[in-house]
Amino acid sequence: MLLPTLSRAVKLGIRSLMLHRLRSLLTTLGVLFGTSSVIAMLAIGEGASAEAYEQIKQLGSQNVILRSIKPPEMTNQASTSSSTVVVYGLTRSDERRIEETFPAIDTFVPVREISQDVRNLDRVASPRILATAPNYLDVTGRMLVEGRFFDAEDDRTVANVCVLGSEVARHLFPAERPLGREVRIGSSFFTVIGVLAPRVRLSDDPAKAGTEITDEVFVPITTGRKYFGELTVKNRAGSREMEQVELHELILAVDDADAVPFVASAARRLLALNHKKRDYEVVVPLELLARAEETKRIFNIVLSSIAGISLLVGGIGIMNVMLATVTERTREIGIRRALGAKRRHIVLQFLVECVVLSVVGGAMGVGLGLVIPIAVEYWADMRTIVTPLAPILAFTISAGIGVVFGIYPAWRAATMDPVEALRHE
Amino acid sequence: MTTTGATAYPTRVPRKWDRPAVARLDRVSKVYGDGAGRVTALEEFTFEFRQGEYWAIMGSSGSGKSTLLNILGCIDRPSHGDYYVRETRTADLDDDDLSELRSRELGFVFQSYNLIPQLDVIENITVPLLYQDEPPKDGMERAKMLADRVGLGSRLTHRPKELSGGQQQRVAIARALINDPALILADEATGNLDSKTALEILELFDELNAEGKTIILVTHETDVGERAQHLLRLRDGRIDTVE
Repeated sequence: MLLPTLSRAVKLGIRSLMLHRLRSLLTTLGVLFGTSSVIAMLAIGEGASAEAYEQIKQLGSQNVILRSIKPPEMTNQASTSSSTVVVYGLTRSDERRIEETFPAIDTFVPVREISQDVRNLDRVASPRILATAPNYLDVTGRMLVEGRFFDAEDDRTVANVCVLGSEVARHLFPAERPLGREVRIGSSFFTVIGVLAPRVRLSDDPAKAGTEITDEVFVPITTGRKYFGELTVKNRAGSREMEQVELHELILAVDDADAVPFVASAARRLLALNHKKRDYEVVVPLELLARAEETKRIFNIVLSSIAGISLLVGGIGIMNVMLATVTERTREIGIRRALGAKRRHIVLQFLVECVVLSVVGGAMGVGLGLVIPIAVEYWADMRTIVTPLAPILAFTISAGIGVVFGIYPAWRAATMDPVEALRHE
Repeated sequence: MTTTGATAYPTRVPRKWDRPAVARLDRVSKVYGDGAGRVTALEEFTFEFRQGEYWAIMGSSGSGKSTLLNILGCIDRPSHGDYYVRETRTADLDDDDLSELRSRELGFVFQSYNLIPQLDVIENITVPLLYQDEPPKDGMERAKMLADRVGLGSRLTHRPKELSGGQQQRVAIARALINDPALILADEATGNLDSKTALEILELFDELNAEGKTIILVTHETDVGERAQHLLRLRDGRIDTVE
């Protein structure tokens, strides 16, 4: 009994809406854009946070990373006097102090950066060259594509070995396997013993974060010190820039996750005590994780508000059109009432029209909403994730919008005085 | 019974006193507004329309004939007094019950046809059935039969705007018959039609009445009023003459 009534009401509703095709179409568009923006925004938000999580996980959640950064005032100074040596960053005494302060820290992984070109015959690359300890791989969780990382023996013997990032390997050895081959770094030759898988960079500085790092070359820290010393010389468009940095990065692997915030804050305090300038940063993946959570929360609130507002606007559009329709069809309402329609019949009739509008708009919106993330990924190169819940949620809300915003016009229609309504021209 | 000049019109027939009343008004008053703007449209109006009778109601504008028709049609309620459709006292009914009563016992024919534009002929005819709590199963067959009866059997899927005025009014009459009503109420049913078409419609009413339908027709055209079996003239919300 109810089902045929409803299906008839829907058919009739569609037919009434078809009397004003353009008006119905425009109203539908309002819901369409609202729904699709809900889905698209959820997908973009979800994608962004998933990306952040992955980057953070790559850093190792139990690590605290101390990184040397060049203070901005030094950059200016370097550009004015071209041949002075700029000294900044973490020092080995920092490392020693931290080592003495925190017995909870498992492993210290020092990282130095060397500024040199890497060559294979006539092919040249300018990657980051990192001189580090053998346990770098374990602590950062990076993966080898092939070969091995250098070990304690290589470190002790100051071996001329290196591990290439995948991009560098591809660039220097486009047509052959790099393993066992030699590359020239500066003026010394190094044997390639491994190739690393790519990963994504993470930093406190949002401009630097998120770029993929594959252009890296690793050498044992002892070897690095032997061949390249601690002075970094960068030749730049005629001027020479010299920097002296003892440690570019110091990774502290904490054996207990609960101790990470404590180590991080203590490290900050310790460094603040010994550094006059802010020439370091402390990256705590765990903190970043918490921050990412918070960001995601705020992001979601903002995005859903925007999407909600656009749906609201769609709903207001429906209400507006339905109020106009009700006024326009006052006479029809009068006729139907005179012929025996009860108030609930009139409510149902107009409510069904609203729901048809919003459901059609919602369905098309789901379609568009599933396409937008693909387009965003293609053109804006952003990651998006459409969770199965998103279209369901968006569709349900849009259908609900039809009911909510249809109730008032339908109620107005139903409570009209039949005598007045029949007299309406 | 007042019979002023009844002999002058051959259509006048004796009232059917032996038949039950299908619409009975008992001291019905209708008052609009209050205070200085108070208008009494009907005053202590008492009358009975009996089954199978064919009445015309006439009166100058403001005489209360529209108000009377609205109350007879249960789309308006009396301010005072009681109105009965058959045995049902309408004052006892709420809005839903009154609507149900309209869909079962009343048929409306309007001056401007008042078909629903987005529905075709057959759908327009069945509208009153849609609103009944327990619609009859043979509604479609009845509607087709009635469309045939009013001469529109071949135009079942036409929309109102594809029909002439006379055809639209025929659809409206079929619609008024679909629920086999106790009472057919026609409000200036021929007002928008040319005289030839109007005559056809009036002949249709004659036929329906001959089949036993009770018809009340409000008009201001004397010749339309004269065709009916009985004529009720109103003045200032009261009965002026009954023929």
